[in-house]
Amino acid sequence: MGSYVPTTAEEEKAMLARIGIRDISDLFGDIPGKLKLNRDLRLPDGVSEMEAEKILRSIAEKNKVYRKIFRGAGAYRHYIPAIVGEVTSKESFLTAYTPYQAEISQGVLQSVFEYQTYICGLTGMDVSNACVYDGAEAAAEASAMCLEKGRNRILVSASVNPWILSVVKTYAFGNGAETAVIPEENYATNPDALKELLDERTACVILQQPDFYGTVEDISSMADMVHAAGAKLILSVYPIAAAILKSAGEYGADIAVGEGQPLGMPLSFGGPYMGFMAAKKDMMRKLPGRIVGETKDTNGKTGYVLTLQAREQHIRREKALSNICSNEALCALTAAVYCSAMGPSGIRKAAGLSMSKAHYLADRLSGAGFRPVDQGFFFNEFVTGCPADPDEILKKLSEKGILGGYPLQGSHKGEILWCCTEMNTREEMDELVSAIREVTGC
Amino acid sequence: MNIPKNLQYTKSHEWVKFEGETAAEIGLTDYAQHELGDLVFVNLPEAEDTVTAGETFSDVESVKAVSDVYSPVTGTVEEVNSELLDAPEKINEDPYEAWLVKVKDITAKEELLSSDEYEKFVEEEKAGQKEQ
Repeated sequence: MGSYVPTTAEEEKAMLARIGIRDISDLFGDIPGKLKLNRDLRLPDGVSEMEAEKILRSIAEKNKVYRKIFRGAGAYRHYIPAIVGEVTSKESFLTAYTPYQAEISQGVLQSVFEYQTYICGLTGMDVSNACVYDGAEAAAEASAMCLEKGRNRILVSASVNPWILSVVKTYAFGNGAETAVIPEENYATNPDALKELLDERTACVILQQPDFYGTVEDISSMADMVHAAGAKLILSVYPIAAAILKSAGEYGADIAVGEGQPLGMPLSFGGPYMGFMAAKKDMMRKLPGRIVGETKDTNGKTGYVLTLQAREQHIRREKALSNICSNEALCALTAAVYCSAMGPSGIRKAAGLSMSKAHYLADRLSGAGFRPVDQGFFFNEFVTGCPADPDEILKKLSEKGILGGYPLQGSHKGEILWCCTEMNTREEMDELVSAIREVTGC
Repeated sequence: MNIPKNLQYTKSHEWVKFEGETAAEIGLTDYAQHELGDLVFVNLPEAEDTVTAGETFSDVESVKAVSDVYSPVTGTVEEVNSELLDAPEKINEDPYEAWLVKVKDITAKEELLSSDEYEKFVEEEKAGQKEQ
């Protein structure tokens, strides 16, 4: 903590003397005596750094940390280059709070601008905001952007991550909008069902690419349908897959959103994660949250500012489209450093490896009695049937230190959603299959 | 301070130009655009929307603030000046040409000021601000 310089006892005494106060407690003289607690707070005594470390370590050891992970379902274990942590742990980034006089913090603003630039590159969009809290929130905020007079219906595909649907519903409730689910077929959005549901009251349609089951859907033809009905397409994308699939912009999306965790953030038991939002130029004024802009100062030098602030709730108040007034700056920085370290070729490689390893695993699992379902082309996640009780199998795998695939619920109960990333080795995958064989006796 | 004689005014700094009894154009006065500063965006209603005397029907954005625009009349929007969506600065450049909306079927109106009354009102406001 080199930059933190607290006041000394002498400085405190001098300050009190200067304003004619005897003791700090006198500064609270306005509070009536009978309202004061007049005793110490009932807290345990402080412990030494050594004792504190012991206590925290024993709590942390209750976590089960898997070395071999075959589960995705919205959060993915990709390799995080060492330089990412090196940059983000710099105390000026790690400990700084949101700058209130933003333009004085040119470094922070520049880092956010770089992040926004990477997101536009990955999504093929014109403008990005400084990020929101997570991918589900990004989708919900995007749906709010599309609401207008006469159009308050939000369609969400059944093949979208179920937690996205539940957050969208929460936001819709607050906004007085209605949501409807587009049925799925063969582990992807049913395009005929989408056509049936589109009407002149539809504000937007939320699709996911690849979808929750890993299927690479035919987004372009559905984008045409959505636009023909006068609605907007919100596409939630997996940022690693975005390096080798068509970009959201190329698919015809009006707004691209997604979970940024795969861009250098560890799984961390669910967070902190980060939602990215990017849009075409004509939706720029509706983007919620902070947006950093690049401009020239009075000396003609490049500088960074918070721009388009008149949209935000501290100015628009109850007329604002969104109440968000913060972002996940450290996570956005993490994503920017990850993209910078990996570069387009690095992310493409990670995507290619994730995809080919998943296909190898699907093949091997198929030979072990876990039939792949009829889902069409998949990226790095796929669904299989299960010859026994999934919970039993996953429990046995867990005992061997392997986190198996995600057990699907609802209409797909009994099936398992598997995932591979560039981090799964062939040995690991073969070991998984052997372990499964042990359990099922196949 | 430009205050054309042939128009009527509100205390919230809008101008109204009647075409007969039941139709009118509405815009922002020179004093308003000057106080607001450079406008970067205008939020306009749509044709066939209703407007109500004394209630907001639009807002204008400058770099750091958003200001409501109040309707001096009750009626139905006939046309909005969509030029302003791409070029809001026209309100600053020529406030009395840059109408925001044309309203038809007017059934009620606020108490409106003549150009002299408005001029006096603005002078009083400016003096009041100086005192502060």
